[in-house]
Amino acid sequence: MSTPGFDHPDIVLCPGGPMLLRGKHVVEDAEGGRHETTRPVTAVCRCDRSQSFPWCDGTHKVLPEKLRPA
Amino acid sequence: MASAVVGYSRDMHLPTARGPLTEELFAALRSGSEDFFTVLAAAPTATGDDAALALWALHELQYRGFAEVDDALEWEPQLLRVRSVLERDLEARLRSRFTPPQGLSFAEDFFGWVDEQDGVSLARHVHRDADREQVEELLRVRSVYHLKEADPVAWLVPRLGVRAKAALVELQYDEYGGGDPNRLHHHLFELGLAASGLDASYGAHVDLTPLEVLEQNNALSMLGLHRRLRGAALGHLAAFEATSSLPSRRMAQGLERLGFAPEMVAYYAEHVEADAVHEQLAVRTIVGALLEEEPELEEDVWFGAFTCLDLEDRFARTMLARWGVGEEQVA
Repeated sequence: MSTPGFDHPDIVLCPGGPMLLRGKHVVEDAEGGRHETTRPVTAVCRCDRSQSFPWCDGTHKVLPEKLRPA
Repeated sequence: MASAVVGYSRDMHLPTARGPLTEELFAALRSGSEDFFTVLAAAPTATGDDAALALWALHELQYRGFAEVDDALEWEPQLLRVRSVLERDLEARLRSRFTPPQGLSFAEDFFGWVDEQDGVSLARHVHRDADREQVEELLRVRSVYHLKEADPVAWLVPRLGVRAKAALVELQYDEYGGGDPNRLHHHLFELGLAASGLDASYGAHVDLTPLEVLEQNNALSMLGLHRRLRGAALGHLAAFEATSSLPSRRMAQGLERLGFAPEMVAYYAEHVEADAVHEQLAVRTIVGALLEEEPELEEDVWFGAFTCLDLEDRFARTMLARWGVGEEQVA
C-alpha cells in the first residue's frame, strides 16, 4: 500500500553549493578515478575547487558569487 | 578492580569548586544528603565561573553522572530547582546579547548571514602560528564538548515533527558513525587525544576551562534539554555546522604542521567532509522542515544561531588573550 509521501529525493542540488547524494554510490572523476561514498548522505563538489574532490569541503562559500555553482 | 572498558567511562569526578555555590553543591552531592536547601539558597547570588560550573555539573547528572554522586540525584527536585534558577539567568543573559535580524528569511539568507558574522578564528591561529602547547591546551578545553559531541542534540529527537525528526536523525546517524562505533565522532576525538598523549577520559580537563567553555556547554545542554527551546537548539546546530568545514581543514593542517598524531588530524579531516554535508542538511532539511512545521519558531532559530557564533567568538577572544595573540592576526 502506498500513500502520498513526503519529498525525499536521492539527489539534491544545493543552490550555490554541492550536490547531496543519499545512499551508497561510486563516483567516477574526470580522470577515471573511482570514489565510493562512505556516509548516509554525501556532498559532491560542484564548484570544482574542493581540496577533497570529488567531495565538497565547503570551498564554494569563499568563492565570488559568479564562480559558485548555480 | 575492574579494568577500564574502552569507549565507556563512568569515572568522571566532580571538578574543583570555583566559589560558594559550587563548594556547597559539590559537598552536598558527595555527602549523600537528601537536603539541598543550602545549595538552593546559594544559587540566586552565584555569578561567573561559580554559577557556570554549578550548572555544568547539574547538566552532567543528565548525561553520565559522577563516580561519587548517587545516580538518583539526576531527578532530585531541589537540584532541578537550582538548575532552573541558573538556567533562567543564563537564558536571560544570552537573549540580552541578541538582536533579531531584520528582513531576512532563514531559508534564503542564512549562509550569507553566517558569512557576515565576523568572529575571530582560533583555527587560523592553529593553522599558521600556534605552538604545540597552545594547541594541546585548546584540545583539552574543547574536549569538554567534543567527548560528548552530538549528545546535546540527541535530546531533541522526540520533540520534532515527522520531517524535522527524520532529517535530524539522518544527520545524527553520521555523527554516531552510521552504526560503526569506530567512526563515532566523539570516539574519534577520544582516540585523537589519547594518541596525542593527552588524557582522553570524559571530563578530565574541566578544571582548565575558562568560563566561556562552560557557557558554550551549558547553552548547548540547556537548549537540548528544554522542549520549549527546540527552535534555538536547531538554529545553534545549523550555525555550528555552517562554521565547521573550512576551520576543520585549517585545524587539520595546523595539527600536521605541529606533528600531532594522525588520529587527531583524522578527527578534523573527517569534519571537513562530514560538516560540508551536515551544514546543508541542518539548514535545508532540518531547520527547513522545522520552520514549515512550526514557522513561529523562526526568531528562536536565529537566537540559537547567534548564540552559537557569539559564544564561540567570546571563547576565541579569551584563548587569544591567554596566549598574548592580537585579534587582528586571526581576523
